[in-house]
Amino acid sequence: MYLDDAFRVKVGLAEMLKGGVIMDVTNAEQAVIAEKAGAAAVMALERVPADIRKEGGVARMAPIRKIREIMEAVSIPVMAKARIGHFMEARILEALKVDYIDESEVLTPADEEHHIDKRAFTVPFVCGARNLGEALRRIAEGAAMIRTKGEAGSGNVVEAVRHMRTIMREIKQLTVLGKEELVAESKKMGAPLELVEWVAEHGKLPVPNFSAGGIATPADAALVMQLGAEAVFVGSGIFKSEDPEARARAIVKAVTYYNDPQKLLEASEELGMGMPGIDVATLEESQLLQTRGW
Amino acid sequence: MSRVGVLALQGDFEAHQRALADLGVEAVQVRTARELDSLDALVIPGGESTTMLKLLESENLLEPLRSFGLERPIFGTCAGAILLARQVENPAQPSLGLIDISVVRNAYGRQVDSRVARIRLEGELARRSGRQEIEAVFIRAPIIRRTGDGVRVLASYQGDPVLIEQGRHLVATFHPELSPDRLIHRYFLEKVEACES
Repeated sequence: MYLDDAFRVKVGLAEMLKGGVIMDVTNAEQAVIAEKAGAAAVMALERVPADIRKEGGVARMAPIRKIREIMEAVSIPVMAKARIGHFMEARILEALKVDYIDESEVLTPADEEHHIDKRAFTVPFVCGARNLGEALRRIAEGAAMIRTKGEAGSGNVVEAVRHMRTIMREIKQLTVLGKEELVAESKKMGAPLELVEWVAEHGKLPVPNFSAGGIATPADAALVMQLGAEAVFVGSGIFKSEDPEARARAIVKAVTYYNDPQKLLEASEELGMGMPGIDVATLEESQLLQTRGW
Repeated sequence: MSRVGVLALQGDFEAHQRALADLGVEAVQVRTARELDSLDALVIPGGESTTMLKLLESENLLEPLRSFGLERPIFGTCAGAILLARQVENPAQPSLGLIDISVVRNAYGRQVDSRVARIRLEGELARRSGRQEIEAVFIRAPIIRRTGDGVRVLASYQGDPVLIEQGRHLVATFHPELSPDRLIHRYFLEKVEACES
């Protein structure tokens, strides 16, 4: 494990975000609404995933002016997305001093073979994963936080659930394997043996494990927390709903009280309709965001 | 054995539980006023102070927490320090006001300015431990700009106090829970025991 001081500082901020909600925002006004509702951080982007899905075209790093406006508007950490493999978008975001970079499948990939060498940066990175092998490959590259990919912009929690259950199940399975089996498993997963052994010994990922991709209601947020998420990203779910402020507050409350159905009822009480959703099974392979990244 | 709780609204409360478990204390997670009643002491962890503050307000926990602190010890780290302070700047925000310090949020800068540093021990902690320096993990940390008369400095970094105590309470602007060294959690438990006897 790369437990040098630089990596500990990166994981340290992820530790501070645990039990919190990270909300997608596209301007300063939304960022202020998110902060007032109790967001632990915001993700600055040009369009929320639901709009990227609808409008198509190439989705890139957000305009700098926009990210800067958001950084100036709030005192909580500000994250921003870079395209998979686009280490120069990442360098620019680092120079801008964003607090975390999401090397994200929601944007159009810039490299279809390589992810960013994240160890080479001072700013920490979060990356998406659908299974344990993918999570450990990203950690090996230097990611200090993992989130499930889910299916961004779908308003449908089914993929986030699938990915969280897969990762947690694969972690549990490793803990009962012998040394020689871990070698075979490492090869099968395409993940470094050192990390596979670490997970087998500790029964968890070496970095915080958050959930993302399709969370739209307080109940969705509580569900992924029950399945083992340590915090929740909400993308389109808040600002594509008819009641962003109330919904943001309700999801914050749901992540804290995910074990308390009475509090979850209170959180859900005042809410109207969530964002319009998509049945993920009806999407063509080419419309899926989760299959981006390797 | 002292009954210690960790405020678990948001943040790295599990790291504090692990630190206390290393010292033989099974700390419980606290999310409601009722859960405070049976405790001898409380830890307010690191995390986002604005998030915790919103939840303290919406769940009506500010007053119960303030009354708790008037009688029993609280240990706050980073966001916990901000919530315990008398005055908060950058930007100004409400706080429990249990400790006579003024803090400036995110005073070292943004995440790229976060760091692992060596801090210098002073006063009672230096005497008791016989050590001069320890490691400190600073994450988007606040700086204590003013300390009142009843405040004693236990460690400083770059000339600013980073670990202080006032009466029964203890405050760190960094994260002892993220270092393997248990010196500061042990010091807090000793304070808790001293309060009880």
